[in-house]
Amino acid sequence: MTEPNDKSRRGFLGVAAVGAAGLGVAAIAPGFHLIEVSQAGAPGAGVSNKVRWGMLIDTTKCASDCNACVKACNTENGITETVKDPRQGSQWIRKLDLKDPKSGLTHSLPMLCQHCEHPPCVDVCPTGASMKRADGIVLVDRHTCIGCRYCMLACPYKARSFVHIPLTEQNPEVPRGQGCVESCTFCVQRVDKGQIPACVEACANAEHNAMLFGDLNDPNSEIAQRVAQVKTTQVRADLKLNVGVRYQGI
Amino acid sequence: MVRLLALMAFLIMGAVASLAAHAAGVPKPMVKVEGSGQCVAATEEMRLNHMNMLGHQRDRTLRQGIRGEKASLIGCVNCHASKTTGSVLGKDGFCESCHSFAAVKVDCWQCHQPKAGHKTAGANGAAGAKQ
Repeated sequence: MTEPNDKSRRGFLGVAAVGAAGLGVAAIAPGFHLIEVSQAGAPGAGVSNKVRWGMLIDTTKCASDCNACVKACNTENGITETVKDPRQGSQWIRKLDLKDPKSGLTHSLPMLCQHCEHPPCVDVCPTGASMKRADGIVLVDRHTCIGCRYCMLACPYKARSFVHIPLTEQNPEVPRGQGCVESCTFCVQRVDKGQIPACVEACANAEHNAMLFGDLNDPNSEIAQRVAQVKTTQVRADLKLNVGVRYQGI
Repeated sequence: MVRLLALMAFLIMGAVASLAAHAAGVPKPMVKVEGSGQCVAATEEMRLNHMNMLGHQRDRTLRQGIRGEKASLIGCVNCHASKTTGSVLGKDGFCESCHSFAAVKVDCWQCHQPKAGHKTAGANGAAGAKQ
């Protein structure tokens, strides 16, 4: 098991600096070189903790009769299997309808892995399979997962699923199979290519634009500016998990 | 003395002959290499070390987000999948033919897709959602 290694990252930056000097790229002055931090991760470079991927969901724009995000998630991640007991089906993202019993006000919103800064699933995992990448994306290392499902119990958002049956129709970029726990990955295979998650793209294509994805750490990003301007809610903020998915309007 | 030498020569020749016969009799795995072009490393190195290359790469990719490394399972499949079945599994499949010969069980394919360029029904989420 490899943990993010500061030493190797430093080594890479050193090499990058030498490369930039050799090519004369981004040289401000002799001896000073500007190394741009790539959000998407340049080939060969790992992800950086300078980036914190996050999502902002505007529940006032989310329509209760729309599940484009769920469909897009299922096709992108190859969740096509049918299980006998519907309670055993994998749900990386699900639609919830909320109603305030006093006022009758209703909300619809997608619920998914909240990509916590302090994820309880990672705390409880006995094998280290449940892990958080440097850029804040919480993942399951299926090579190490033993399927104990402790993380499913620990997650306050009911965001994780267990695969109960053998699978054959995986998307090559999204390996998944029987006996492992899984959850939303923020479409890490797309994010690493500089794309946005499939659900966010589908929401925009359905002309709801209720979902926004971006780097919470970058003050110039749309999501950071929106979060700084409007009141957003972290679900179960009392747990102090500092989640990466924020909701507006609930 | 001459007799002794002759006997020894006879014995050595016999041993060499029987070794040669034995070598020819050992069954060998039928490995079909259908992909054209160069592999990421020399054949000898791939035979010895492919499991280590993939094992270390998977940890770096998953945990550190390092993409585009030399070794990748998708890369193996895209080059080595059978032209007829489209897969690296099956009796003559690139992975399975050798692994069943060596009796080494591979768990890769419980999660990873053994078919080259496989698309799940309506994959490419966004395209599916538009319809």
